[in-house]
Amino acid sequence: MFRQRIIALLVIIVAVAIGYFIYQTEQVDSSYNFKLGLDLNGGSHLIYQADVSEVATSDIASSMEALRNVIERRVNLFGVSEPLVQTESAGLIAGKTIAQKLIVELPGVADIDKAITMIGKTPLLEFKLVKEDPPAVGTTTPTITLTPTGLTGRLLKRAALEFDQNIGEPQVLLSFTSEGQELFAQITKDNVGRVLGIFLDGQPLSLPVVREEIRDGNAVISGNFTPAEAKILVRDLNYGALPVPIKLLSTQKIGASLGADAVKAGVKAGGISFLVIALFLILWYRLPGAIAVIALAIYVALNLALFKLIPVTLTAAGIAGFILSIGMAVDANILIFERLKEELRRGKTLVDAIHEGFTRAWTSIRDSNLSSIITAVILFWFASTSVIKGFALVFGIGVLTSMLTAITVSRTLLFALGFKGENKITRFLFSCGIR
Amino acid sequence: MELDKKIKKMLIVNNRKIFYIISAVLVGVSIIVLMVWGLNLSIDFKGGTIIEISYPDERPAVSDIEKNLEKLNLGEHSIRPVGEMGYLIRTRSLEESERAILFQALSNNGSKKITEERFDSVGPLLGKEAVRKSLFSIILVIVCIVLFITFAFRKVSEPVASWKYGLITVLALIHDVLIPAGVFAVLGHFKGIEVDTLFVTALLVVLGFSVHDTIVVFDRVRENLKVNHETRTKKPFEQIVGESISQTFVRSINTSLTTILVLIVLFFVGAVSTQMFSLALIIGITAGTYSSIFIGSTLLVTAEKFQRK
Repeated sequence: MFRQRIIALLVIIVAVAIGYFIYQTEQVDSSYNFKLGLDLNGGSHLIYQADVSEVATSDIASSMEALRNVIERRVNLFGVSEPLVQTESAGLIAGKTIAQKLIVELPGVADIDKAITMIGKTPLLEFKLVKEDPPAVGTTTPTITLTPTGLTGRLLKRAALEFDQNIGEPQVLLSFTSEGQELFAQITKDNVGRVLGIFLDGQPLSLPVVREEIRDGNAVISGNFTPAEAKILVRDLNYGALPVPIKLLSTQKIGASLGADAVKAGVKAGGISFLVIALFLILWYRLPGAIAVIALAIYVALNLALFKLIPVTLTAAGIAGFILSIGMAVDANILIFERLKEELRRGKTLVDAIHEGFTRAWTSIRDSNLSSIITAVILFWFASTSVIKGFALVFGIGVLTSMLTAITVSRTLLFALGFKGENKITRFLFSCGIR
Repeated sequence: MELDKKIKKMLIVNNRKIFYIISAVLVGVSIIVLMVWGLNLSIDFKGGTIIEISYPDERPAVSDIEKNLEKLNLGEHSIRPVGEMGYLIRTRSLEESERAILFQALSNNGSKKITEERFDSVGPLLGKEAVRKSLFSIILVIVCIVLFITFAFRKVSEPVASWKYGLITVLALIHDVLIPAGVFAVLGHFKGIEVDTLFVTALLVVLGFSVHDTIVVFDRVRENLKVNHETRTKKPFEQIVGESISQTFVRSINTSLTTILVLIVLFFVGAVSTQMFSLALIIGITAGTYSSIFIGSTLLVTAEKFQRK
């Protein structure tokens, strides 16, 4: 008995400490503040599709990584705080068409339009072999076949502005990374006498003929540039040239005011929900109900702390998921208390009935919670949007922690009260209903 | 008194045909409604753009905006007032350049001040992917749950095999998903309410929750079968199921009640973006509770009767 009371006291002290941690970290600007998703904080969510159809399968991962780096560098130029740039491959069920995606999240609202436009302006640099065949019979235009060489902006190290020494025309000098240097040497060696076109965003910039193998890893673009054009091209290439073409699939922008409303509504709904559940538990289950309310309060504190520590990015759907989990967290308590009452009706003593209630209800609690966890895992894995992912994560964490609080915590607290004998009062406290 | 209690216990099992008919009608109507009207899919699935803007100074009339948008070649679109200051505009999916032009037009070439509250554009490719992923995850959840139930009840084989528990759960699950889908088809037809990826999430949660309730009853059947076997009382299966239902009746109702209570709060008080999500859950969980008490376990009895024939 004494030991149980010590444990119960410890549980309550830890819970209060967790509560204080949550309160304290919200008062100041700390790294433990709740992370709010774009739909609550305002911001933009962009999904791009990367066209990897011309990339060898083994190079897809490195191309996507290069793409991510390029875009991240671009986004950072605009002083957006904490941008998120990530790649996603759609995995086993998607067809090849939309397998590779790039997701850009830009929180806040400053200069977003400019950032989006700049992402769109990131140059796509490609080297392609150009083969010109004589016109087919009956037509006048020659057929042109373009063969990708695998040499792209991915392998670009640096671009620089130069002026031709003879005629003073501006030129753009490209230097490749060591991998690019090798590839470039190989290509030029194999294709002496052919045209190796340099394409920017699909448009030919210059179409030089390969005269000899180039080993030093430098290429020169000499188009008809004005100095100003050449300068912009150099700047854009140095910020990063796209290794693969990208296409905007979806844009989502949320203003800050809509998000703030959603947060307020979520907090209010959470508070009212807790009160409604607490009222129900105390009216229906009396003393055990009151214990369950304390366990539920600990559940709420524990979850909020986990959201801060992991950290979980909260969205409107995530908050809804959490509130939903408050309603489901007490399910285990209900199963236990109903069982407890049943054992009492069968004539068991109070202590035995409490023991039986917890042990016998366990199998159904375990099995039913497992099915919720299955749902959460599948939702998380196959979530088509970050909103659903957020919901699944919050929901899953909720189911797991509820098993701890609803069973372990409420059992500890109930035993700590230490009912031994039975009298009218205990009978009243442990029976139920409105009577 | 004693007899009275016994009849009460068997009330649900004995009247199972009535409950089958109620469910059959609800599911039948849902299927017809889904086939005739279908679901009103949001841009998540079919692609498109939703823009919410507000005019902090003065909101121009719809016809004025319409006049400005005419030249833009937007195709089919709609403008609907939101609150006192804003409009919700729906168009096909827009490119970034088109978005800039559209905002220019909405602000009447910069003469009206506008605030962009929300801009949501989904390309058709992504929509198709969302459809595929949604269907796949629903099927996957159902399959996993059946396998899980079959596994969890593997030791129960007399008189009804454990895979039948799984099969019955699936029937109950399909029932629980079809009813909210049917309600949303009706809402979509009459009120223009759309289903988005969050709706699919709601259906998946309904699946998980409805199994939750079904397991509570099945678990009790499992336990009572064991007791029956140990004490050699040889009660008929029908009676065991009937007793199990009546023993777990209150807790099935109460566990659902707490969840539905918070959902009702969420529906009325919570964020606007999750309102329809809560509604779908309320309908689905209600259907789920009904099916686990009145359909799931009673089907066990029917399955056992069927075997004996």
